[in-house]
Amino acid sequence: MTTETMQVDGEKAAVPPTASAARWKWRSSEGGVLNAFSHVFLLVWALMVGVPLLWALWSSFKTSGEILTHPWSLPTDFHFDNWSRAWSKANIGQYFLNTAFVVGLSTFGTMLLGSMAAYVLARFEFPGNRFIYFLFVGGMAFPVVMVLVPLFFVTKNLGILNTLPGLVLIYIAYSLPFTVFFMTAFFRTLPTTVAEAALIDGASHTRTFFQIMLPMAKPGIISIGIFNILGQWNQYLLPLVLNQGDTKNWVLTQGLADLAVQQGYQGDWGALFAGLSIAMLPVLAVYIVFQKQVQAGLTAGALK
Amino acid sequence: MRHGKYRFIIGFLAIPLALYGVLVISPFLQDFQISLTSWSGLTPEKNFIGLDNYQKLMHNDLFWKALWHNVLLLLFVPVVTLGFGLFFAFMLNVGGRRRGSAGVAGVRGSGLYKVIFFFPQVLSITIIAILWQQIYNPDPENGMLNSLLSSVGLSSLQQSWLGDSSIALICIMVVMVWANVGFYVVLFSAGMASIPGEIYEAALLDGASRVKTFFRITLPLLRDTVATAWVYMGIIAMDAFIYVQLMSVNVGGPDESTDVVPLLLYKTAFRDNSQYGMAAAMGVAMLIVTLVFAILSMRLSRRERIEF
Repeated sequence: MTTETMQVDGEKAAVPPTASAARWKWRSSEGGVLNAFSHVFLLVWALMVGVPLLWALWSSFKTSGEILTHPWSLPTDFHFDNWSRAWSKANIGQYFLNTAFVVGLSTFGTMLLGSMAAYVLARFEFPGNRFIYFLFVGGMAFPVVMVLVPLFFVTKNLGILNTLPGLVLIYIAYSLPFTVFFMTAFFRTLPTTVAEAALIDGASHTRTFFQIMLPMAKPGIISIGIFNILGQWNQYLLPLVLNQGDTKNWVLTQGLADLAVQQGYQGDWGALFAGLSIAMLPVLAVYIVFQKQVQAGLTAGALK
Repeated sequence: MRHGKYRFIIGFLAIPLALYGVLVISPFLQDFQISLTSWSGLTPEKNFIGLDNYQKLMHNDLFWKALWHNVLLLLFVPVVTLGFGLFFAFMLNVGGRRRGSAGVAGVRGSGLYKVIFFFPQVLSITIIAILWQQIYNPDPENGMLNSLLSSVGLSSLQQSWLGDSSIALICIMVVMVWANVGFYVVLFSAGMASIPGEIYEAALLDGASRVKTFFRITLPLLRDTVATAWVYMGIIAMDAFIYVQLMSVNVGGPDESTDVVPLLLYKTAFRDNSQYGMAAAMGVAMLIVTLVFAILSMRLSRRERIEF
């Protein structure tokens, strides 16, 4: 920005020439109208997003009677018993731990296996390299619902149907296409000289990867790691079909869907909203703390 | 560079490839095979019946109805979502009171707006669908939306929402838009921020207004991002499984007015007498529609890239 234009447009313009002054005035009124418009629209959308979430939260403290007769009122006193009922009786606590177990292992596995495959595909030339790359990347193009029937029987025959370790393996397999796609691109952008120096110093390829390349790829790993954690934490379709056995093994999304159906019969709306809040709050809390990284991580794939 | 290169390559690729091959590639290929059989899972051997399932599918009204709903979602949800996304991103980045050094100014608190807009993106669709099912509660006094309408004197607008077959699908579309707009606001804002300031300076010196700047400079330079977003959004619209399964009355109702192909596939395979062959054929049909959409979108959006 040159100082000249600063003076025309900036507020601190000491003695603006008359012609410019007229234009400056017009500009700032244009800005004023737009500004007011912007805030109105943005505020309306912010309310449309925020109010339903807040509504669920404050409903979780009300009795079912209050929720039904006065859906909009604030809770008169705080019924934490809704939360404890949801946590223990509706097993949300158990489902929460199951989900944490599955997602913890599967994200770790996805990042490890995805980075290993991506590194080899990005840095080494060998026959079949392109073919394997497109095999992985092609996985992004087809709808998962399409393979539900055969996948059901594959997992059944392997003996991993309706088990949590089975779910871990399935999550890893279905997260690989995007992870390999992104990490391959990322490894290509890293300089080759550091790895070459390590190899000349006698480090093995494996050691070079784990001690040099992986730490260098940290920004990419964080982005895609966040992407995978959220995607796997929120997964519903795969567990619905492949983990429908013992309710003890359910993940959070299955538990919530079941809670919603159950409340239709039992009328325990307080527990339903408490269950929703239990599922919602930790994710939102983590998001608010790491908002920059989460936004970057989730949009990374589309921006490249 | 030579020592043990191939051993290393094989060692690093073996596990990911094996896992991917067994759990993704092999089911994918089996789907085509199963779609040519009348298999219902009861017998170990699968009866080959050629293209019978596809023929039946062509004459299945429920399938066409479900596919039509997917097409409606594909037509409306991406357009509305991306439209809102661009509009809000424009407001955030250009709506500021004073022009900044880049010629356009972001509104105050744009960071906060973005944080709030992005909330639905980090939540599970399961949570969103259950929450909105409660909001759409048809009871005139108990439902959140209905009681809101009556409290502002618009009782005449009260609906049974998801229970009314003429508007149930629209209600679901609204939720899909609600859930996705924030992502695109953030995406487009990031895209706008990566456009270099000198371009805006040039427009500024030429006396272009904000609105003109947006339509003549920002939007054309965002073209690639919008095209990618369009494909993303189309894939979301083609699916819609979770929304419909959790929100609709009678899973796809009332009167199949909200049924979509993925849900019909799920019901055909896992709820109603396990017609695995038919379900697999629906899967292949879905693949074809998705690929046609993706290829068409990429063709339409192909243009010379502007590097900056």
